Amino acid sequence: MEGSPKILARDFRFYYGQHCALKGIDLEIRRNQLLTIMGPSGSGKTTFLRSLNRLNDLIPGTRMEGSLEIDGVDIYSHGVDVAELRRRVGMVFALPVALPMSIFDNVAYGPRKRGILNKQKLQDIVEKALRDAILWDEVKDRLCDHAGRLSGGQQQRLSIARVLAVEPEIILLDEPTSGLDPLSTLKIEDLLWELVRSYTVVLVTHNPLQSARVGGDIAFFLMGELVETGPSSEIFTRPKDKRTEDYVSGKFG
Amino acid sequence: MKQERAKGPDQHVVNRRMTAVFAGAAMMTVGVLIFIVVYILNRGLHIVTPSFLSEAPRQMGRAGGIYPAIVGSILVTGIAVLIAAPVGVATAIYLTEYTREDRLPRIVRFGTESLAGIPSIIFGLFGFLFFVIYLDLGWSVLSGALTLSAMILPTIVRTSEEAIRAVPNAYREISYALGSTRWQTVTGVVLPTALPGIVTGVVLAVGRSIGETAVVIFTAGTSLRLPKSLLDPVRTLPVHFYILAREGISLDNAYGTAAVLIILVLVINITAYSVVNRFAARSR
Repeated sequence: MEGSPKILARDFRFYYGQHCALKGIDLEIRRNQLLTIMGPSGSGKTTFLRSLNRLNDLIPGTRMEGSLEIDGVDIYSHGVDVAELRRRVGMVFALPVALPMSIFDNVAYGPRKRGILNKQKLQDIVEKALRDAILWDEVKDRLCDHAGRLSGGQQQRLSIARVLAVEPEIILLDEPTSGLDPLSTLKIEDLLWELVRSYTVVLVTHNPLQSARVGGDIAFFLMGELVETGPSSEIFTRPKDKRTEDYVSGKFG
Repeated sequence: MKQERAKGPDQHVVNRRMTAVFAGAAMMTVGVLIFIVVYILNRGLHIVTPSFLSEAPRQMGRAGGIYPAIVGSILVTGIAVLIAAPVGVATAIYLTEYTREDRLPRIVRFGTESLAGIPSIIFGLFGFLFFVIYLDLGWSVLSGALTLSAMILPTIVRTSEEAIRAVPNAYREISYALGSTRWQTVTGVVLPTALPGIVTGVVLAVGRSIGETAVVIFTAGTSLRLPKSLLDPVRTLPVHFYILAREGISLDNAYGTAAVLIILVLVINITAYSVVNRFAARSR
């Protein structure tokens, strides 16, 4: 299993009604890999991300073709427990949003829904998740405060803690810094390298600079197609495709 | 440096005038409300004594108290809301969280808007023909409550639906993305967030049914006796008030009844909102 890919997309297509948003994606993501999906708005990168935890199922009129496997199991096949899939594939959204409850309850939300109600156990989970999201020191004295009082950057790390609390295997981040100031952005980017030690991490960003800062591997999406993949050093210095070169050099996007 | 202004009236003056107009409208609204409440309490409150609240009426209500009417009002309204609120909120949840297409909610919305425009006396007539005569429930607490619940159900559905729709979609996505089922999402984030709005709708429905006269005369009757079962006829406070005033039995006792009704509504509202606030405070 060690050598087999964590995520494997084969000719994966996705449609919003008539509109084809992903035109046949073939992509392999390894265990404990940090992959950045880079591309302009409308390139299909968020659609791909939301296909990995089947969150697109919530949007009426969508359908998919091809296959998308996690640990060798097609997640769109019949009989897949979608709730369990989403638990395993955690997601951090573009805008930092705290659920309208306390900081503690935000992090404990997922575990509670999984049936963990023991107070001590919940406290341990919440503390570990907040420590791993590098938020613990800032909030440990006010866990019962309403989470809406946190700053944007703190709320985004809270979102990460909320995901970590359900012990996922994969963490998807959809432009997690788009609403944040540079300092908060840096904190999140640093955090990615902490996360990738224990999880498979997929980051979506439209920003080539962020892709370069984060490093790792890059998949460049354009108009629903995967143009090329490779280590960030290669994508930025020796892109194989002219379109990639244009994008990373700021000619468009 | 002198600032050039566009031609026409000084915008600062316009701004001040409009502020005064809006403030005036708000004060008028509050003023009318206060005037009515103070007027009725002023004329009726001195009638309200412990014995007025706890005794049965004598001589058609010329003397004695209004205890059976208080019981009647609470029974009829309470049962109506107990029926309509769960059904209404469940309908709203179904329409917002469980149906994907837009047609059913649109039909329901059209239906509720049409029903809201129907005079209550038509509901009374329907309740009389259907519950009282056809189902042979007679003039009774049950007939009155069922008819009132039919009348307030659309309001509860509509207000609950609005409240649930106002819950940010991001909350739902977060909940689903953490591996929650639909039911867990509805109970975990949707309903707690929508609760204040839902309670507002239910409180409005309570107010509408507790003040309803026409429906209740047609379906619950005008009996002055204390009901022994849900199939006994009752008289509610507004009906008592109406009969006392209309038949010229006792205007004083009519105002006393009105004062009790107003206080009852206030107590229900304050209780409902304080419960909601306590609930909201826990999550804030």
